[in-house]
Amino acid sequence: MTTSDAGHPAHPAAPGAWCDRCGEPAGTGDHPACRASRELEPPRYCAHCRRRMKVQVLPVGWSAVCVAHGEIRG
Amino acid sequence: MPEILDQARTQVLGDGVGLDEAGVLAVLNLPDEHLPAALQLAHEVRMRWCGPEVEVEGIVSLKTGGCPEDCHFCSQSGLFASPVRSVWLDIPSLVEAAKQTAATGATEFCIVAAVRGPDARLMKQMREGVAAIRAEVDIQVAASLGMLSQEQVDELVDMGVHRYNHNLETCRSYFPNVVTTHSWEERWETLRMVRESGMEVCCGGILGLGETVEQRAEFAAQLAELDPHEVPLNFLNPRPGTPLGDRPVVEGKDALRAIAAFRLAMPRTILRYAGGREITLGDLGTRDGLLGGINAVIVGNYLTTLGRPATDDLKLLDDLKMPVKALSATL
Ligand code: SF4
Ligand SMILES: [Zn+2]
Ligand SMILES: [Zn+2]
Repeated sequence: MTTSDAGHPAHPAAPGAWCDRCGEPAGTGDHPACRASRELEPPRYCAHCRRRMKVQVLPVGWSAVCVAHGEIRG
Repeated sequence: MPEILDQARTQVLGDGVGLDEAGVLAVLNLPDEHLPAALQLAHEVRMRWCGPEVEVEGIVSLKTGGCPEDCHFCSQSGLFASPVRSVWLDIPSLVEAAKQTAATGATEFCIVAAVRGPDARLMKQMREGVAAIRAEVDIQVAASLGMLSQEQVDELVDMGVHRYNHNLETCRSYFPNVVTTHSWEERWETLRMVRESGMEVCCGGILGLGETVEQRAEFAAQLAELDPHEVPLNFLNPRPGTPLGDRPVVEGKDALRAIAAFRLAMPRTILRYAGGREITLGDLGTRDGLLGGINAVIVGNYLTTLGRPATDDLKLLDDLKMPVKALSATL
């Protein structure tokens, strides 16, 4: 058995460990373009675990669900 | 004044006859210094043949992602490594979205699904959803569910869907470069059935897919031949993971030239700002387009991306002294 798949860390990571737009590690690399894009996009990856979230965009706001970390709204 | 604008003043503004493909191409090729005159003329055409009202619409995705088709611009195709996951909206949330849209003063609410065409589950969801909206919300319901059978067209009419969106996306000659899982002609066939059913036809596309200027003119001419009630004009917002994810965005002036040219090709259509205007045109360009032939907007968020707050657009319309079309005027 493996403890991680698709890059998920074996232990829950701190919030913000992953970029919620591109799904790459938030601490390394450069994400200013991601931050700029996020002004007109909902998040796609869970910032805790990097899983792709189920995202519903609504006329006003959005919701994003990570199977492990629950729902966030914006 | 370039000859094409003189010709358009007589033909389009005066007689209400749209420019043909060669005329549209001439407008698309106008040098920057003549762009203000083209926009001004397109605005006059819109005011004369459509009036000052702006039609406001909200859209919502009923079924997001996981589409079997391969439209190369689309983050909802299940064939690309896009981060968009499949998700369904429940009926109470759909009705809530319609309420939020109506609260902006919008008269149109378009329900969209990322599918090749509807299956029985989607049609059932539509039947329940449209009935619930009609019972609770004062707004006209439109739909965009991909390619339809005649039976499905009839069912949508029966539900009370008054307008159907099905974009040709790009001109016929470029379409195979953008989509390989179905043909332009299949899309045209759905549009033909929708037209014959009495539903209003909404058909537009996306600029910036890599088409040439000539192909943009071809597209405008093909739309004019279809003569849709509404033409939504999108500008490519390159989506991560899609085959067109690295394409540059359309240059603002080219977008404005296209707005003027499409208006001069179709003097009476509802020409709507759809996706991508925020990144292509920004606030200033958005204003220029509304003074250059556009007479409808999508307010609020899109299907997988976000728009400006509806209040910003409504304030702009107020500044421009363009009244929002009322529901009574559309019935
Ligand atoms: S049919 Fe619609 S949802 Fe499906 S890939 Fe094409 S544009 Fe996207
Ligand atoms: Zn990033
Ligand atoms: Zn998570």
